[in-house]
Amino acid sequence: MNTNNSNNKEVLLQIKDLHIDGFSDNKWHDIIKGVDLTLHKGEVLGLIGESGAGKSTLGLAAMGFARPGCRLKSGSIVFDGQELMGMKERNKRELWGTRIAYVAQSAAAAFNPAFRLMDQTIESGVRSNTMSEADAKKDARDLFEALQLPDPQNIGDRYPHQVSGGQLQRVMTAMAMSSRPDLIIFDEPTTALDVTTQVNVLAAIRKVVRQFNTAAIYITHDLAVVAQMADVIKVLRYGETMEEADTRKMLSHPEHPYTKSLWAVRSIEKTPEPKTENVLEIKNVTAAYGRGENVLHDVSINLPRGRTVAIVGESGSGKSTAARVVTGLLPPSQGSVLFNGEALPAKLSGRSVDQLRRIQMIYQSADTAMNPRHKVRDIIGRPLAFYHDVSGAELDKRVEELLNMIELDASYMDRFPGELSGGQKQRICIARAIAADPEVVICDEVTSALDQIVQEGILKLLLKLQKELNISYLFITHDIATVKAISDEIVVMYQGKVVEQGVKADIFSPPYPEYTELLLASVPEMDPDWLDKVLDADKIPLDAS
Amino acid sequence: MSTASDKGYSAADEVGSVLEQRTRWQRVKLALKSAPISAWFGMVIVFAYIVVALFAPFIAPYAEDQIFAVPFGPWDSDHLVGTDQIGRDIFTRLIYGARNTMGIAFATTLLAFVIGGGFGLAAAISGGWIDQILSRFVDVLMAIPSLIFALMLLAVFGSSIFNIICIIAVLDSTRVFRLTRAVSMNVVVMDYLEAAKLRGEKLNWIMIHEILPNILPPMVAEFGLRFCFVFLTIASLSFLGVGIQPPTADWGSMVRENASLIQFAQYDIKAGITPLLPAGAIALLVVAVNFIVDWFLHTTSGLKDEH
Repeated sequence: MNTNNSNNKEVLLQIKDLHIDGFSDNKWHDIIKGVDLTLHKGEVLGLIGESGAGKSTLGLAAMGFARPGCRLKSGSIVFDGQELMGMKERNKRELWGTRIAYVAQSAAAAFNPAFRLMDQTIESGVRSNTMSEADAKKDARDLFEALQLPDPQNIGDRYPHQVSGGQLQRVMTAMAMSSRPDLIIFDEPTTALDVTTQVNVLAAIRKVVRQFNTAAIYITHDLAVVAQMADVIKVLRYGETMEEADTRKMLSHPEHPYTKSLWAVRSIEKTPEPKTENVLEIKNVTAAYGRGENVLHDVSINLPRGRTVAIVGESGSGKSTAARVVTGLLPPSQGSVLFNGEALPAKLSGRSVDQLRRIQMIYQSADTAMNPRHKVRDIIGRPLAFYHDVSGAELDKRVEELLNMIELDASYMDRFPGELSGGQKQRICIARAIAADPEVVICDEVTSALDQIVQEGILKLLLKLQKELNISYLFITHDIATVKAISDEIVVMYQGKVVEQGVKADIFSPPYPEYTELLLASVPEMDPDWLDKVLDADKIPLDAS
Repeated sequence: MSTASDKGYSAADEVGSVLEQRTRWQRVKLALKSAPISAWFGMVIVFAYIVVALFAPFIAPYAEDQIFAVPFGPWDSDHLVGTDQIGRDIFTRLIYGARNTMGIAFATTLLAFVIGGGFGLAAAISGGWIDQILSRFVDVLMAIPSLIFALMLLAVFGSSIFNIICIIAVLDSTRVFRLTRAVSMNVVVMDYLEAAKLRGEKLNWIMIHEILPNILPPMVAEFGLRFCFVFLTIASLSFLGVGIQPPTADWGSMVRENASLIQFAQYDIKAGITPLLPAGAIALLVVAVNFIVDWFLHTTSGLKDEH
């Protein structure tokens, strides 16, 4: 990476003492509190921080844009000699899409489903009259090829729903590139993708950005990803710059305590404990939704008491379906689920209240897992009242105890979920699950929607509760770092089949089955040379479409 | 505020989208303070109507069916806005009309919501064939123009107040069913509903505790609008002569009874205005309710004015 000669390069974007306000609760609050930023031509700046740090707001401000409900308050944003603060909307619009482009997190939401990919890709180029339609199309095909999309000549004729998520993200990059902008803002472009897909997108983005010497601001919360992409890393927190340095220096010698704590998150690892008797056994289960194709093929998973079994796999591998079979939401067409050695009724309606109590579930998104109109007291109190017939002062006491167990206090009892932060919400969900006094808790991607520091807290809490209450976790995730942190045993799933099940040490050491190897090789590491190494070693087939 | 870096991580310290906590009363006060003038106008009018309806016997100068010597009497100090075709005081009947028409419309709307809301929720939660049967049945009912259908049913069963309430409630409950089912569908797919099912909760608990609080804003708004429609339907039926029967005072029938007076407008403008008074009372209430509903929907839907 060419960080060393960046000093003598031309400055493309200069942000000075920028303040941005956001409107909520009938008042203006400052979101960005005096941030400076300098970006040279052809340089990639990684912007990292937790949600709410102001990353996206700052990224959009680099375009001179403020989201509805936000306003650019003071400071200056100079793009290639032009001051964007106070520039007329019409003039800004001339820059957008031609000289500054934006790649959003969710490509699926950013495309118009009614138009072909090609028409959307060349739109900005054709609209700004920089090239003819035929030239633009030819150029787009070249870009598709550079971005390693399959069948680059014809993929543009497809509609957005006809390509995969990873491909769509690359088409969006092509769209941003089509007018050869000087600056592209990437706002978490790979966050919604599976690891095995993410590598493809990262490699493709980096290739074209280097090829055309485009400057970029790469926004992400994933340190390992930013290590691959950026020349310079800037750490944001509460709208302020914590630290800014060259990627290598930042990774090896983070200075600010906050940066250090971010770096430390990936280090927790559970030491596996000896096997115990199985509390839950999924036996040769085959299942399908409706009359569709089978989603699970002859799946067998064993969960020992007081231990954690992590189910790993990408989206569509059948992880969550396996959980639905266990909970009884999806009766299997073949096979059975044994609980403490006895077969559970396949259907939810066939199970007794006591059987339901013993298996609890925690969801990925705590926002939709809690009724927004119920107070914390009711959310945690309901399973207590429902299963254990507790009421009155006794109920309040039990709720308070549970709140203490999840490291919150009684003052949270009368809050609605909307009055809690993301990590606190997930904690309340955990409290609701353990309120039932279960033997098995199914955790469906419980940390993937959270910031890394918050993730660490949740994982530690889950480990602590397991020790205290001897609960077994069936932990569904796609994140290898999480798996290392929490599991005793691992099940790798791919296309509805179990690739392998075993204790953690065995799964993480060779020899690997083919898919496990691909999965492990795709996980970004905190090493700026990781992506190059992986690409050189040819371990990952670029675009396995 | 202490940060994670100097004290270690603590869940209670965590910030993010944490909103300021407000009591219900504080939130209501805040909403009222920012209410637009149209909403205030609507609230004042509706409040006045309710007061008049509740205290009709104390406010009205005469009894509802008291007949005086002069039919079609002029506006004077004894009869503020004159008398009707058989000599009853129109001002008194306007006041009693508020009570009768509004009371009946309110009862009808309430019944429509119990029927339509209950079935709508059940259809949304159950899905499958229960949903199909209920929805197709509602489609059939909605395919028949409701005013004509109501006229037919009233002709068959006779137009007592009880029949009016039941028939209009059933016909209007189809609209409520549609709305309830549609908004509940958005709630039914939420994880917390799955969590409730996994907990083993019964259907009625899920309906009342999990779904109803979340669909309340659109339902309350619909209640206001539906009330207006029911009110207009009753007035139309009364105008056609099959609605509320005399001697019960009712704005719809009052328009019909005094309609002929309008042709005397060229001789006495006051006489011409008389039949418009009950019509105006209907219009004013409908507009007022709409103003309130507009404001209510605007605040609860989270639509914000540009800043």
